[in-house]
Amino acid sequence: MSGCDEGLLERIDPATLAAAPDGTPATDDFLPDTLLECSVGTLFYSTVFAYNDERMPGEKPATLEDFFDLERFPGRRGMRRTPLVNLEFALMADGVPVEAVYEVLDTPEGLDRALRKLDSIKPEVVWWEAGAQPPQMLADGEVVMSTAYNGRIFNAQVLEQQPLVIVWDGQVLDIGQLGIVAGTRNLDAALEFVRFASTAPSMAAVSSHIAYSPARRSGLALVGTHADTGIEMMPHMPTYAENTRRVLNSDWLCWSDQMDAMNERFSAWLAQ
Amino acid sequence: MSRARLRAAGLVAPLAVFVGVTFAVPVVLMLVRSVYDPTVADVMPETLARLEEWDGRGAPGEPVYAAAAAELMRAADERTLGQVASRINRVQSGLRSVLVRTPRLLRETPAGARREALLDIDPDWGDPATWHAIRTAGDALTARHYLHAVDLDRATDGTIGRRPEEERVYLRLFARTFGVGLTVTALCLLLGYPIAYLIAHASPGNARWLLALVLVPFWTSLLVRTTSWIVLLQTQGVVNDLLVALGLVADGGRLALVHNMTGTLVAMTHILLPFMVLPLYSVMRGIPSRQMAAAASLGATFAQAFRRVYWPQTVSGVGAGSLLVFILALGYYITPALVGGQSGQLISNFIAYHMQTSLNWGLAGALGGILLAAVAALYLVYDRAVGIENMRLG
Repeated sequence: MSGCDEGLLERIDPATLAAAPDGTPATDDFLPDTLLECSVGTLFYSTVFAYNDERMPGEKPATLEDFFDLERFPGRRGMRRTPLVNLEFALMADGVPVEAVYEVLDTPEGLDRALRKLDSIKPEVVWWEAGAQPPQMLADGEVVMSTAYNGRIFNAQVLEQQPLVIVWDGQVLDIGQLGIVAGTRNLDAALEFVRFASTAPSMAAVSSHIAYSPARRSGLALVGTHADTGIEMMPHMPTYAENTRRVLNSDWLCWSDQMDAMNERFSAWLAQ
Repeated sequence: MSRARLRAAGLVAPLAVFVGVTFAVPVVLMLVRSVYDPTVADVMPETLARLEEWDGRGAPGEPVYAAAAAELMRAADERTLGQVASRINRVQSGLRSVLVRTPRLLRETPAGARREALLDIDPDWGDPATWHAIRTAGDALTARHYLHAVDLDRATDGTIGRRPEEERVYLRLFARTFGVGLTVTALCLLLGYPIAYLIAHASPGNARWLLALVLVPFWTSLLVRTTSWIVLLQTQGVVNDLLVALGLVADGGRLALVHNMTGTLVAMTHILLPFMVLPLYSVMRGIPSRQMAAAASLGATFAQAFRRVYWPQTVSGVGAGSLLVFILALGYYITPALVGGQSGQLISNFIAYHMQTSLNWGLAGALGGILLAAVAALYLVYDRAVGIENMRLG
């Protein structure tokens, strides 16, 4: 979005994207807010929290509130070292309803409130940077629970048979997009690739390898089984009905405004 | 110029050009960026000129609004609006979306007073803070990045004061960076001095093996060594397993050795140790072991002989090793990022963040400029105290 305004990305006309297999034009087939001026959304991914079933012998965490409950679930937590998503998790766990999260976060009091909530678990948090770290930390027992990208946990579950469990409650949904660097010499080839990668079969093919879900309805309809193990992919998708009882759509508009300021607040808070 | 000199100049020319292009020019460019950024001034000259007449209280007059509306629309057409918006957003967080949205909505409003039109689009346009932000971001030549880099801020009335407590980041990080640098240097000296002594005075056969023990890790990738320390030090890691097996630590009370300051210090000391050992070794190799024997035969105790005969001859190596380790430690960021956890971020992590993620190169330049100045000052102090020509790097 910012890249588009800054002239760093080429505009992509959604009318040129491939229609759905049944002929529905792309603009009607893509889910809301997945087509932007300079980019095409292809898959939904989600930040969730997960735990290691073997290292959680008694009661199992079931809600986002449990992640912040050190009394019932003692032990270290993994969180990504960024204000992004963590502030949203904190507000939701503090009782802010999903639809009000960004409204609250946009005020100084809301930001304070989110950081206060994070304060309650701060001494127990191990901060991760790369998406590969949380499944590793959970498998090693370095943490008892960790926020993570759902696809990473899925891979650890099915490819490495790790006893990890995803708690979908309060997941934060985001969209992966394709854009084209402005001024490229290979604009036609790049557009051709974007067109190919954003067709329903392409999206569904990606979804047969990792649990990220297609950004168009016709793509979602084609989702089948996992390429290596043959398990049904739908129940693992972040957009699967069972998994979306409480889901927050990440608000890139709020973050494009506030990222720098939030990051400084967050860093100052971390250093305290 | 004589032919010999020409030939000498020709031989160093490739290196000089290489250093200039890959090192000197980028450093100068970053330093320029830290004080000079004409982006907003170039795109909104009319608005900034009109703002000169504004008294800074309340909303400005219609001419300012008209100029801003016209220049924002043009910026949107030329797709420079995003850059302008991100500059202004850094001064006043939250304005990016207002600025980006405004031209889009202006196109749908009929001609007429721009002031009402802008106020309809967003009430922020009636807020003096918005106009102060535009004026501040419009200063092409500015010290605000340096102020920011030391947690200061200039208020709208021009006075300079400290930022609010919850926004102070960088001074603390500078202090921590220098603290970590000093600690790692001290640890390296403490560990490296005996190792260098051992190698320098071992038999040639043994020295070869001992030196290999120092050099092999030195040749191993930084990332490999850092991640190995995670394997060793983590809660379920080798060191903790060993301590539990030996009964020194209870299974429930495993030590937190990584993802904190301990991890940072251990990993950085290990990685930087060769930079201390090698200069020390090269200096010590030149000291005949007979000197210590001679001192002993003249009645000196080992401590006396060490202090008066041996140590003074190694000072140049100690200086070189310490300076090398300290300066390298100041710039470390991958290791602290991986093993440092909550308290492990150093100033370089923030320079990288502002270079790669927030794209606030002005601030990155200012932070780097301060670090560079500190290192230069250190170099001068060292030169005064020890003399840089006495430094032996191996």
